[in-house]
Amino acid sequence: MNRFDYVKPQSVAEAVAAAAEPGAAFLAAGTNLLDLMKGGITRPQRLVDVTHLPDLSAIETLPDGGARIGALVKNSDLATDPAFARQYPAVAEALLSGASAQLRNAATVGGNLMQRTRCAYFYDPASACNKRSPGAGCDALGGENHGHAVLGWSDSCIAVHPSDFCVPLAALGAIVEIEGSNGRREVPLTAFHLLPGSTPDKETVLEPGEMIVAVRLPAEAAGFAGHQRYLKVRDRTSYAFAVVSAAAALRMDGGTIGAARLALGGVALKPWRSEAAEAALAGKAPGQAAFAAAAEAAFAEAKPSGDNAYKIDLGKRVVIRALALAAAGTPDRLPALPASPFAPVPEGVLHV
Amino acid sequence: MNHSISLTINGARRKVELDDPRVTLLDLLRERLDLTGTKKGCDRGQCGACTILVDGRRINSCLALAVSFDGAEITTIEGLARGDELHPVQAAFIAHDGFQCGYCTPGQIMSAVGLIAEGQAGDDPERVREAMSGNICRCGAYKGITEAVIEAQAHMTGAKRGEAA
Repeated sequence: MNRFDYVKPQSVAEAVAAAAEPGAAFLAAGTNLLDLMKGGITRPQRLVDVTHLPDLSAIETLPDGGARIGALVKNSDLATDPAFARQYPAVAEALLSGASAQLRNAATVGGNLMQRTRCAYFYDPASACNKRSPGAGCDALGGENHGHAVLGWSDSCIAVHPSDFCVPLAALGAIVEIEGSNGRREVPLTAFHLLPGSTPDKETVLEPGEMIVAVRLPAEAAGFAGHQRYLKVRDRTSYAFAVVSAAAALRMDGGTIGAARLALGGVALKPWRSEAAEAALAGKAPGQAAFAAAAEAAFAEAKPSGDNAYKIDLGKRVVIRALALAAAGTPDRLPALPASPFAPVPEGVLHV
Repeated sequence: MNHSISLTINGARRKVELDDPRVTLLDLLRERLDLTGTKKGCDRGQCGACTILVDGRRINSCLALAVSFDGAEITTIEGLARGDELHPVQAAFIAHDGFQCGYCTPGQIMSAVGLIAEGQAGDDPERVREAMSGNICRCGAYKGITEAVIEAQAHMTGAKRGEAA
């Protein structure tokens, strides 16, 4: 790990000013940042510790019924907040399917959005990586890339965004509140992360010094609380990143789908909301035909970036199953294995 | 630049001078405070051997910069037993053969203590296994570990009920 200056600001304004210096990085729990620093992948000259800042650790219900989550709220505290989990169950399920209990106890909401890809070539300083060293090339292209992107990738970068939490946030229309030296601004979560294009080193819309202070979920999203699931296929049952995941939410209008929300994880360098799939579901009767049409719509633009064509077929099946589980209704209690395809499913939900 | 922090470790208040902000809680405990019960496995948050309680919650001490934890209350494996009387989780690990080589055991036990305090898993072995998935045991003592956690939890919640009565 490189040497760095450690600063501990007393206010968000001080933090923003301290982090605007070149080479500075925010430190929250550090569960990803320290790992990157130990590997020499990230070498910040200054760490701006935001963990003690006031007013960033609350889970609030807004006057209109929406939720506002402070950037320093721990993943485990959010997932086990009964009122929040009732209103946004797929968010809770996604959080509990991610990492380990120890990491969830430390990792923060803001840090989750800022975590870096787990592409093995990004993590290996001996490999070429345009994200780590712009212009160096990409050893993932033509390398071990069965886990890489099938949507939104470029010849510069085929990595995927690793977050589970961000997937239901994207589906449910979350808003990111950002504070910078020019004041506060808001960005939809779906516009917060950037696709790689020719500049994969530029990962989010944040300018130097800008920090996430909160994430909001709109009240309207609560209308989907009754039919909402997260499904995550992994290489092992627990404590693994998604190969493909999906957050599905339905607002039922009698026997038909009034509106749908769908986002995918593990397929692109950002949480991937599919408005085409959502449109394909609106007004339809829930069932195999509608779900399969939505899955086709979600992956219409997909193409393999290497040995990963299987992710397109797998992704369609994940979408169909996530929608079937959502249609069956949010369970009263999350299964023992949250978001797992090995969790028991209600009779008749699959093979519809 | 030196950083001065204060920690309460296993009930005792300690002033710590850090000459380098890179020191993790794990390295602080092991290398500077002679508390070597907490183990270093992967040092990257993947194995759970370094699990400790900070303010009552289990975390990976290898991914925590000590300088950021001024004022925190820390419990390590050395802080569980009362004299010669083992903590119920320690006793249950022995009773159920919840280890072989023992290297991951302090982390397993601290994680189990944290899990029981969280109160989310109940006595469902599947939920216990899922909640312990951040602790790797290369000897494969998982069966005994799961049994030990469930028994210790029953013992501890039963004891609480007994106190209440």
